[in-house]
Amino acid sequence: MIYDPIDIALILTKIALVFFVILTLAAYLVFAERKVLAWIQDRKGPNRVGPFGLLQPLADLIKLLTKEDFRPIGADKWLFYLAPAMAAVPAIMIFAVIPFGAPLVLFGHTVQLQVSDLNVGLLLFMALSSIAVYGVALGGWASNSKYALLGSIRGLAQLISYELSMGLSLVPVVMLARSFRLSDIVDAQSGCWFIVYQPLAFMIFLISIAAECKRIPFDLPEAEGELVAGFHTEYSGMRFGLFFVGEYINIVVLGGLAATFFLGGWHGPFLPPVVWFAGKVLAFAFLFIWMRGTLPRLRYDQLMHFGWKILTPLALLNILATGWWLVLRG
Amino acid sequence: MRILSDIAAIMTGMWITWKHMFRRPVTVQYPEEKRQPYPRYRARIVLTRDPDGGERCVACQLCSAACPVDCITMQSAEGDNGRRFAEWFRINFSRCIFCGLCAEACPTLAIQMTPDFEICKRDVMDLIYEKEELLIDGCGKSPDYNFYRHAGIGVTQPRGTGVEEMPPVDVRGLMP
Ligand code: SF4
Ligand code: SF4
Repeated sequence: MIYDPIDIALILTKIALVFFVILTLAAYLVFAERKVLAWIQDRKGPNRVGPFGLLQPLADLIKLLTKEDFRPIGADKWLFYLAPAMAAVPAIMIFAVIPFGAPLVLFGHTVQLQVSDLNVGLLLFMALSSIAVYGVALGGWASNSKYALLGSIRGLAQLISYELSMGLSLVPVVMLARSFRLSDIVDAQSGCWFIVYQPLAFMIFLISIAAECKRIPFDLPEAEGELVAGFHTEYSGMRFGLFFVGEYINIVVLGGLAATFFLGGWHGPFLPPVVWFAGKVLAFAFLFIWMRGTLPRLRYDQLMHFGWKILTPLALLNILATGWWLVLRG
Repeated sequence: MRILSDIAAIMTGMWITWKHMFRRPVTVQYPEEKRQPYPRYRARIVLTRDPDGGERCVACQLCSAACPVDCITMQSAEGDNGRRFAEWFRINFSRCIFCGLCAEACPTLAIQMTPDFEICKRDVMDLIYEKEELLIDGCGKSPDYNFYRHAGIGVTQPRGTGVEEMPPVDVRGLMP
């Protein structure tokens, strides 16, 4: 394969752009979360730094960067230092396969608005999302602290209960689109969004991604009421910041995936595709924040029970039903 | 169906939080907006004077004894006219919990709570108030009360001549 310099430049530009947008979005999601939670609780939220508090993420960043980088005695040095990156990096990498707009034509080249149009994009997502939990598990394990360890044990228990139903809820999507390639899945929804055919799979996927990004009601690995801060109890400064921002990157990425799999990706009338995609992602982010402001935390056994005894059988039945329907439709 | 009622419960919760998102916040933006505290709000403590301008405090140590966190200290002394007063009087506001027990214990109504709550300082030692900072030129919440008129001691006025004070009883006269 011969690469044209313009192609390479375009790819690098896309990567830089995606990085910048995702990180900024994640930082502002922290701010949005604090604001929305404040509104839900009849408060005002951060409003001191800059106009309407808009510079708050910057102030937080400076604070995190200038904090002491602390490592507890007896912590496993390398794992302790690596774990935050292992939590944040897979989350960003997943975004590489998400198409965030219709293909553009620039300098006579067709540019896919997607970093890499992998033919097994969906499988890559499943794989990377499972790797991300290593950050949680190893971070808690390496901290040499009982709260962190309990948090990471819960993280693993949570992983095995939602990961299966998440994977199974995506099988009908693949059956309908007949491809693992995310751009094909989006194209298959140009007429009708998959949420119309697959409301049940959508609900299962939504619940599973709430568990995947460790948000209330499934924030068992952190559970600040019981475990101080769960797996990142011992982290401070920018290492904590990486865990924290990783969580919000996860929200953006999983919101993008939910939009891609069920809500037609960038398809939508009137507005430009990128705007549609961003709107859908932000709607999911808002939904997560809203849920956090409303729901209590589940107990650990309740989550396992819910994942194994309800979501997984339902997802399997849904696959069967979809198969029958596809066969009968011919 | 339990699952339906569970879903309904979640939806109710989401609806309530949704409504609250559009409520006016109850926040008071403190340094710019200030709430007017109620007159009986318990904050900075003062030592008041009686209507004649004399110090009310008789250095009886009752406030100090009543204080649950032991933040009041004083040195008692006696004036030329036989009146007791506090030579020095010290309240450590960095320890005070503003419970108001001192004001309740005081027999002369000298020590009183005021609604002034803005007494933070850069240096914690500045929160130790001496008598000069505590004593005010006024009667505080009970403008007419003068301890010595009610329970006068013989030094300032003869026994039995105070307001509402009965003449002393001659115990021998009560004998059968
Ligand atoms: S208000 Fe309470 S804590 Fe403060 S000085 Fe009086 S008795 Fe002590
Ligand atoms: S302030 Fe009141 S209670 Fe305290 S020493 Fe003086 S007279 Fe006694």
